[in-house]
Formats: sequence, C-alpha cells, structure tokens
Amino acid sequence: MARTLGDAGAVATKRFTTLSGIPLEAVYGPEHLENFDPARDLGAPGEFPYTRGIHRDMYRGRLWTMRQFSGFATPEETNRRYHYLLEQGQTGLSVAFDLPTLMGFDADHPNSLGEVGKCGVSVSSLEDMEILFRGIPLERVTVSMTINSPAAILWAMYLAVAEQQGADWSRISGTLQNDILKEYIAQKEYIYPPRPSMRLVTDVIEFAALRVPRFNPISISGYHIREAGSTAVQELAFTLRDGIEYVDWALARGLAVDEFAPRLSFFFNAHNDFFEEIAKYRAARKMWALIMRDRYGARSDRSWKLRFHAQTAGCSLTWQQPYNNVVRTALQALAAVLGGAQSLHTNSLDEAYALPSEHAVTLALRTQQVIAHETGVTAAPDPLGGSFFLERLTLEMEKAAGDYIRRIDGMGGMIAAIEQCYPQREIAQASYEYQRSIETGERTIVGVNAFQSEKEEPIELLQIDEAAARHQEEKLAALRRRRDAARVRAALDALKREAEGTGNTLPAILDAVRAYATLGEIAEAFRDVFGTYQEPSVL
Amino acid sequence: MEPPIRVLVAKPGLDGHDRGVKVIARALRDAGMEVVYTGLRQTPEMIVNAALQEDVQVIGLSILSGAHMSIVPRVMELLREKEMTDVLVIVGGIVPDEDAGQLKQLGVAAVYQPGASLGEIVEFIRSSVKQAA
Repeated sequence: MARTLGDAGAVATKRFTTLSGIPLEAVYGPEHLENFDPARDLGAPGEFPYTRGIHRDMYRGRLWTMRQFSGFATPEETNRRYHYLLEQGQTGLSVAFDLPTLMGFDADHPNSLGEVGKCGVSVSSLEDMEILFRGIPLERVTVSMTINSPAAILWAMYLAVAEQQGADWSRISGTLQNDILKEYIAQKEYIYPPRPSMRLVTDVIEFAALRVPRFNPISISGYHIREAGSTAVQELAFTLRDGIEYVDWALARGLAVDEFAPRLSFFFNAHNDFFEEIAKYRAARKMWALIMRDRYGARSDRSWKLRFHAQTAGCSLTWQQPYNNVVRTALQALAAVLGGAQSLHTNSLDEAYALPSEHAVTLALRTQQVIAHETGVTAAPDPLGGSFFLERLTLEMEKAAGDYIRRIDGMGGMIAAIEQCYPQREIAQASYEYQRSIETGERTIVGVNAFQSEKEEPIELLQIDEAAARHQEEKLAALRRRRDAARVRAALDALKREAEGTGNTLPAILDAVRAYATLGEIAEAFRDVFGTYQEPSVL
Repeated sequence: MEPPIRVLVAKPGLDGHDRGVKVIARALRDAGMEVVYTGLRQTPEMIVNAALQEDVQVIGLSILSGAHMSIVPRVMELLREKEMTDVLVIVGGIVPDEDAGQLKQLGVAAVYQPGASLGEIVEFIRSSVKQAA
C-alpha cells in the first residue's frame, strides 16, 4: 500500500546526527571553530597537511579519473565492455573478478560451480589476462584490479601481458587492491592466514618499488568496511590503521619509508551523508599526512599525500524503485568530488539486482561527466573549505577516528585486533543498529520504508548464464593440453620452495605464470605452504 | 513455554558477504530463537549435515553471488535424500523474481530480496514452524 510518511521523523523533536552518530548542532558558526588554526589544521590545497586537497589546483589542472569497476562472464565479453567504456569517455580501467578468481580457484574447480563469471570476470590463466586486455595498450591505459588474496598472481599475469605487448614495466601504471587486512575485517575473501598473507602483500609492495615504480601496489580500502556496515568514523579509522600496519611491514622488510609510501593509495566509500563523507576525506588526508611525517618521519611530500579512489555506496542501492539509485549515486559522487577524490566509480542503478547492464553503466559514467563538465564544482579546489559546519565536522571525524586508532595501537596493532575480533564486532554492531533504525522508521529509506510504490516496473538486467563457465572450462582443458607440463611442474616446485623461504615470491610467480600455470595451481601451491584461514564466527 | 525454534543460518558457496546473514542471525536470536551460524563458504553437504546435527527446524540460506540456482536445488535434493523435508528452508539475498518462483516450486518456503524487513522474516518463521508442528 503506497503511503507517505506524514510524520517523516517528527522533525520538531528529532535528534540530528550524522550517519555515524556524530551529534549535530542546530546551526554552525565561528564559535564552533574556537582554537582553529588554519595553518595547522587546514593548510592550503596542495600544502601540508593537505586537508584541502593534495594538489594546489586540483581539478583545474586535471579531472579525477573516471574509472568504472567492471567485469562479467568471460574475458572476451569483458574486453568488449572495456572497449565500450573507453569509447564512452571513461579514463581508466578497473577489473572486477568473479568469486572463483577472487578465491584462487580455476573456473573448472568443483568449488566454482554456479559461480563462474557471475560477480565479475573469470580469469584462470595468463591466456585469460591476454584476452582481457586485447587491444588495450598497457603503457597508455591505467588499470586497477580488485583482487586481494591472489593479488600477486593476477598482477604477475598483468605484468606478463605488459611484457608481451612490449610495454616497459617502469612506465606502466595502475593499482592493485592487495589489501588483505580488510578481508579479515570485512570482505572475507581471505585464503591464507594473516601473516603469510601480509608477506605476499609486502612482496608486491617491494617488487613494485624496485621494478614497477609507477604502479600503486596497494589500495588501502575503507569501501568494503563501510559496505559491511561500519560507520564513516570506523571506515576512516580502520582504513588508516590498516595503512599503518602495511607501513610497519614494509619497513620491517627493509624498505625506506620514502621508497614505497608515495605509492600507497587508498579507497573510500561515498555514502549518503553528504557532509560527513566530505569531512571524512578531508580528515583522512590530514591524518595520513601527520602519520607519515610524525609517526614515520617520512620526508618526501609524496609520502605525505593521501591519494584515493572513491566508489559510491553499493549498500545504499535499493531493490525497490531502482531509478532512485541514479539520484543517490549522483549525490554520493558529488560528495566524492567535493572531497577531492583522484579517481571515482559511480554505481549503476540496477546493481541491487545484477551486474550493470550497458545502458545502466553508461548512465553512471554520464553522471560523472555531468558533474565534471556542467556543474562548475571543479573550478575551485575544496570549494566547501571554510564552512563552519564542514571544518567542525572534519575535526570531529579526526578526533573520533584518532580514538579508534589509539585503541588499536593499544591492542598491539591491527592483526592483533583482528585476532581479537575487535573491528569485526564493531562493524557487526553498527550494521545491526543501522538495520534496526530502518525497521523502526527512525531512518527513512525512500521507496523502502517510506514512499513505497504499489507496482514496480521491471528493468532489463544483464544475464549471465552457465555458458561462460562452459567456455572457460573448455579453454582451460585446451590450455592444459598444449602447455609444457614439465615446465609448469618445475615452476610450481620452485614457487613452493620460495614460499617456504623468506624471499620475494614475485619472480617465481612470474615464471609460473609465463609457463601458463593456472591461478588455481599457483594458489594451491601457496595453500600447501601457508595453510588456509578459518575465521572465528562472530555475530 | 514452547521450546525455542532452532534455526541454522548458512552462507553457501564462495560469497563472503556476511552483513545480512549476521544481522538476521542476531534478529532471530533477539526474537528468542536458537541460532547456529555455519560461517562462510559452506557446501550444500556441509549445510545439510550441520542442520541434521543441530536438529534445526529452519535453514536460512544467504546468497548474494548469483549462484543460487546451483546451490539451492542441491540443498533441497540433499534434504530429500536425508528425509529432512520437514525442515523449513528460506533463502535471502539477490534472487530475481523468476528464480524465486522456481525455488519455491522446489520447496523453498520463502525468498527474501533486498529491503525485506527483519520483523517480516521473524513472523514468517514463527507462524510457519507453528503450522508444521
């Protein structure tokens, strides 16, 4: 029954807070910025502590990269979608892999049944990676890959394709997500236990610093933490604290901080609470600059500057009235832009149902293009800077996130905190409270618990059937027949020996990949050495 | 006082997105049910075995990965093989309407899509399990 929420939260008596629960004043004025020192707390755009942005000119000099996360079914079909998106004005690529790939299983593994190509593109071997980037010059196009547990393996495949293209590794650029800590915390795509996994992450950071210096070997992510139900404050805190853990491991490896820190990158969610999100990005930049300079003694300003990709919040998309999602995404994208993101993905309207249809992803890309070219917000760096509300909120976010970071420091670090289930419990609590607030009507979700429609128009969805799985299985069978089995076996043996030692595993992974060892075979070799991880169940 | 309804909530397949299943598990617990959560990456065999061992009246399957048409029919088949067809099976996640229809034809009692309310699910389980008894 369609109904309007007549007492929409009973505005007169309503308590106003941000989505994180930060209480909000009735109005903000200069009195809320007592003791505010613009030089210390703000800086100018492009100046320490970069609260206002990491570049002096921001989008006046260069727009953010429009980088739609994309991938489905077979590499052949995804390659076509990549060409289409580049033709439509996307300025960088971003690869979404399917669950078997994410979990280190080949498309023909029993665990892959029903899953091949459903949540992303299926990549089981170097051959698939070659097909995925057919006609795409890796020296000219930057590529982000959302891959974690088997990140080193997929990156090796990518590097091998670049090599085949004659591209110079010192010139190719892109990003590997490779952020295993947030898997234990939120996304749960872990394979191996924490310490061996951190070793692999550090292998990638080290190899990149030495051999692929323009590549971002890690994208320290809050997006997934937020999607799992955390507040914005928790997203900010846990992400930065994960960053601290990665820096500690890279330093322990023997790298100097300024050798790798410039290429650490970040990935945040762009959720509904407009000003809270902008404050979050500003606080993130300021906090990371201070951490790098004061906690780690980094001297290069490139180490101080937090660069981030943003994605509009998948968890905010509704099944009901999917066209409302276009509006949500546009507003979330605007927050990311006003917050100074370097790279942005906008969700498609149909993503509560399926992977994006071509029509829906085009509209999502157009959303960014309209913001970039029609709104004028790109003309002034940090245009909301100086707002009493925003500056106060930025300080509040910094303080609240700082409290979390200190607490985790006190627990012995993020790995220790994960083993004690601390971030997992915080997230579970926040997500339960959020759901309760929707159930009680305290929080309004348009189309879901208010302003519902009696009838919903069906929308056309992208269909992925089992043909993708069959195609991938056939290719794998042919690959296994034609490759040099002895070379593969030797490469996998060498890989295992390397894994058992303390050396960097990338050269051995590259050898295996070039011999057309499959993703599953390499991941399994690591499983044999590292074991697998079972999380303690926390509700 | 009636004995609490016993529910197994499970994450079948490779999907690791457990926000929903954890919220449901907690809501069912708050509603007085006894809830066992299997954890991630369960096969249909593991789920049905756990349901048998825990002697549950309800199995809740959470699937957001699109693999539901491979996983759920297999669970229903195993329940038939083990003569556990009196166990109520509900599915939650990203399941299009047509697939939901097919799953119900296979014996799934309810399919919950995004936006479903916790209260609705609790009520459904309470009234369905009472009927079965």
